Amino acid sequence: MIERDQVLHVARLSRLKLSEEELASMQKDMSSILDHVDRLAEIDIEGIEPTSHVVPLENVLRDDVPRPSLDREVSLAQAPDAADGAFRVPSPQAEI
Amino acid sequence: MSGATDEFEAVIGLEIHVQLSTETKMFCGCRLSFGDEPNVHTCPICLGHPGVLPVPNRRAIEYGLQIAAALECDVAPRSIFHRKNYFYPDNPKAYQISQFDIPLASNGHLGEVRIHRAHLEEDAAKMIHVGTSGRIQGSDTSLVDFNRAGTPLVEIVTEPDLTSGAQVREWGQLLRATVKQLGVSNVNMEEGSLRCDANVSIRPVGSSGLGTKTEMKNMNSFRYLERGVEAEIERQKQLVASGERVVQETLHFDPSSGELHSLRSKEESHDYRYMPEPDLVPLAPDTAMLDAAAASLPELPAARAERYHSELGIQEGAARLLSVETEWAAFFEDVLGSDESIEPRVAANWVTGEFAGELRRQGEQDPADSRVSPKSLGNLVSMVSANRVSHGSAKSVLERMVADGSDPEAIVREQGLEQISDTGELQRIVDAAIEGNAKVAEQVRGGNEKAIGALVGAVMKETRGRADGGEVTRLLRQSLGL
Ligand SMILES: [Zn+2]
Repeated sequence: MIERDQVLHVARLSRLKLSEEELASMQKDMSSILDHVDRLAEIDIEGIEPTSHVVPLENVLRDDVPRPSLDREVSLAQAPDAADGAFRVPSPQAEI
Repeated sequence: MSGATDEFEAVIGLEIHVQLSTETKMFCGCRLSFGDEPNVHTCPICLGHPGVLPVPNRRAIEYGLQIAAALECDVAPRSIFHRKNYFYPDNPKAYQISQFDIPLASNGHLGEVRIHRAHLEEDAAKMIHVGTSGRIQGSDTSLVDFNRAGTPLVEIVTEPDLTSGAQVREWGQLLRATVKQLGVSNVNMEEGSLRCDANVSIRPVGSSGLGTKTEMKNMNSFRYLERGVEAEIERQKQLVASGERVVQETLHFDPSSGELHSLRSKEESHDYRYMPEPDLVPLAPDTAMLDAAAASLPELPAARAERYHSELGIQEGAARLLSVETEWAAFFEDVLGSDESIEPRVAANWVTGEFAGELRRQGEQDPADSRVSPKSLGNLVSMVSANRVSHGSAKSVLERMVADGSDPEAIVREQGLEQISDTGELQRIVDAAIEGNAKVAEQVRGGNEKAIGALVGAVMKETRGRADGGEVTRLLRQSLGL
């Protein structure tokens, strides 16, 4: 079972505030996910190159040619808050 | 400095972020810009909208390979991108695309400093912190400008091979000049297109271990970085001398007060949970790409300094000074090219000494923008070498040249500065000086050779500095029978 502190740590990294119930169910869910993934360790991977991508492609690149950007009104409209032509967010310095 | 603190030496490594001067961002077609209205260069990719796919910019890869070649790195035959996860508003995806265990390039060097690695990544957005106090601390909301988000970066990490603030500045300037010469970045520290962090630790002299290091972030000039690093070395030495321990932390150096401040001391240890970026396929630079990068290399500052020193006989310090800025190197070479009788060493001294100094005094920086052409400076240097004008006169001629671009020949003619080269005329003035200062002349004849200075002064006064000091002394001694 994953430690309660580890769940809190991961939640903190993601700036998530969990209630006691959420914490408990998260602990249970994350543990079962990790256990499931651990089953991969049973497979013999001796001599097999790590796969970072399932499609055997390399060097998919684009030319350095500008394409139109979004109108600022459009991009800002996607955000919960905006001001002075910028996205406005709670100050990251503020404690959560 | 007390004896105890001398027993420690500093160990410094640098991390340099270079913004590449491509037309578009690293993974999308938005234009790069500096100083535009906020958020006018954004799209679903650089805003991190769900479901979008990044595609690397070919030119950014090429620029990265050029940097790798300039730093004589090994290029990974196959490198991959990783996601570096962190939660902060400057990064809408909650991860930065970077490289992790297989960087683009590694194991290089520039001068005496080894390069650990150089990898590609993307820049974050710019935060504009607003609040009642106008300072970061205490503001309750922040504004985010995504124009910079996704700008291609090359991060260069050195081995901990540097040992002093002065070396950090000098080497940093060499690196900046090298990248600038490649033409792959504006390398402007004030605008943030080149950013340098320093990791500083100390250890007992002769030991090979590494002490606890602190990180100094984001100084906007190498001079400030030099001072900050020196201050931090001193602080660590004092700590250790008084029996305390260095704590790992991130520091900011305030150049105006000379003080070091700890940043984010409560921050937990970095936990970036790197994972391979599944949206990007591996990068496998082929022979054509590698050859193109190698072929694109111009003569780089370190090689140029070496050539100036070994082929032109210029003293090492002046050779480095001339080589580090392309504009100065070009100007110097044009001065040399303007007249083949000019001694490179003499020209180098004039360019880095009197000329650079006069430009500074008159508030100029770039020799290419000066009213003084390399040809006219070459002309002046030739006149001095041929003893047609004295060094002192030449300095005032140069002042005029820098101010209004006048031709040195014309200034010399106009102001009658040409040296008296007619020995007969000079002899008459020497004779007159001896006659007019009979007592002094007697003292000199009587063995007080130092007194000859007064006679030289009298001749120089009479000629208004137009005589060659050495020649005057020679004639005086001859006339006095010494
Ligand atoms: Zn974009």
